[in-house]
Amino acid sequence: MNSTLVERRRRHVVVSGVSSDAHTWNLVFLQLLLEEMGHQVTNLGSCVPDRLLIDECRRLRPDLLVISSVNGHGALDGGRMIALLRELPELRALPAVIGGKLGVAGAEAGSFGPALLAAGFDAVFEEADGTEAFRRLVGEAPPALEAVSPEPAPGTEAAPPAPVSPAGVS
Amino acid sequence: MSTPRPPLSPFAAAVGAAHRDGELVVQPRMGFPDTGRMREGLLAVRAARARTVGTVTVDSYTRVGDHASARAALDAGTDLNGYPIVAHGPAAVRRMLDGLLGGASDDGKPGNDEPCDGEPGDNEPGFAVQIRHGSADPLPIVETLLAAGLDATEGGPVSYCLPYSRTPLADAVSAWARACELLAERSGGTAHLESFGGCLLGQLCPPSLLVAMSVLEGLFFRRYGLRSVSLSYAQQTSPAQDAEALAALRLLAAEYLPGLDRHLVLYSYMGVFPRSRHGALALLRAGAELAARTGVERLIVKTPAEAHRIPAVQDSVLALEVAAAAARSTPPSYGAPDDREFGVLAEARALVEAVLELAPDIGTALIRAFRTGLLDVPYCLHADNANRSRGFIDGLGSLQWRTAGAMPVRTAAGPEARAPRAEELIDMLSYVQRAYDQGARLGTPAPTPLKERS
Repeated sequence: MNSTLVERRRRHVVVSGVSSDAHTWNLVFLQLLLEEMGHQVTNLGSCVPDRLLIDECRRLRPDLLVISSVNGHGALDGGRMIALLRELPELRALPAVIGGKLGVAGAEAGSFGPALLAAGFDAVFEEADGTEAFRRLVGEAPPALEAVSPEPAPGTEAAPPAPVSPAGVS
Repeated sequence: MSTPRPPLSPFAAAVGAAHRDGELVVQPRMGFPDTGRMREGLLAVRAARARTVGTVTVDSYTRVGDHASARAALDAGTDLNGYPIVAHGPAAVRRMLDGLLGGASDDGKPGNDEPCDGEPGDNEPGFAVQIRHGSADPLPIVETLLAAGLDATEGGPVSYCLPYSRTPLADAVSAWARACELLAERSGGTAHLESFGGCLLGQLCPPSLLVAMSVLEGLFFRRYGLRSVSLSYAQQTSPAQDAEALAALRLLAAEYLPGLDRHLVLYSYMGVFPRSRHGALALLRAGAELAARTGVERLIVKTPAEAHRIPAVQDSVLALEVAAAAARSTPPSYGAPDDREFGVLAEARALVEAVLELAPDIGTALIRAFRTGLLDVPYCLHADNANRSRGFIDGLGSLQWRTAGAMPVRTAAGPEARAPRAEELIDMLSYVQRAYDQGARLGTPAPTPLKERS
């Protein structure tokens, strides 16, 4: 881990929710966490339409894109968004990760990891209770991130962005 | 007797009748994508051993106005987190509610599979349903519910804009003004509208702002023609502070909204929910007892499934029955809480008065209040929110202002005034979850006043 610390530099991270997800505590937490790790954060907030998110990535050219969703539509919205984003040559290599409560059912119902990785994410963090794996990943990004073989195993990964219960709306 | 009273929404009438009977109305959060499943859910809520009203919660696509995605998900059989009411349309909603609303003899159609042997009097309002949605631009949802013969919904120009959308506040104010007018006109004046102002982001917002937002949105609803409203408050971290906030809300509602049909609605804790079944049920009971103690007319419950997934019908029925039982065993407490212990009333009144001084029109006043930071929702990322205020949980478990931006409220001085680190934020967000999972109960039915502890 010492090598990680030595290699670490200040990176620009875009944090964002997905188009239909209104939750923001997850995004507030991730911003604080990343800033404490020394990174610069642009927080796009909640309910970000695909087009706006992609345009912001083209404009800002971040080192890392972190998508967080807890409303149960994350797999649907995130999968659709990342497929669109990867169509653009200039964003094809942008390291991008997603985490949270990604489906309507609980974690036991299955994993969205493989489908989201196939759609274009570099790592998927589903439902869990810590942030260690995410911290490691961000600490090493971006040079090491591209070499990381993504681990789709659900439940063993720590999920950064699920501090809020799913029914925050109405 | 001889004065012709304006008719009330069946929803407001059901709450009023229960209150006269000394019963708390309990209501779930519930939304399924399919019309048949939604009907089954409503039937189960109606049959629960509790004084209930039903809920149809719309899905997130419908909330953000993406009806095409909702339609596509329905066509593909993909699960949604609620009922896409616009994509289904009013005819499907009427089918879903056929024979389900009102008293037993009311509008019973052939094929109604629920023969009921109660004796519904003429004044027995029976079962009613509210549409819950979270939309900053509710017009399509309001049009659909009105076309389906319904007239009760909720939200507000601020409470469904800042926390839940990217819509500019001025646009949400316009959209909500139109939606309120449409509700009032097309319902023939009966419509009932609930403010979501008592929740905002659900956590870490000191109660004075929640109370003020509910009152201000109530004023907005009245300005645009509503005659029946409910004002909300979400259970927070301190039962004593919550009781004071509810007393303040009732008093300010009477002062600012005289002549309107109105009631208070409490939301079971809206933040990170206990993971354990015992913890979740204890927190639910604490909310029901708070409602019963303070004379709140309606409670919206959460369930033990909350921390893990979207609740199933049986989760909601269990929660409704547990909450109703807890409320029935809690006598109202007529000793009004000391309204100066936490200062909620004074702060809330100061906020309302300061906003009303900004403009004669309430919509304009709300827009100016956020532009100037006179209202500032803690941790809210919306572009029209100053986001300079921060709340924190103090040593006694109550919510206080760490910083307040330009709001006319009292802030904590000293070391607590620095910004929280990520881990501290998580600690505060999970304060209630941790306490209840560990078997603790926050506060007591008769909390010790601060002065006796110090």
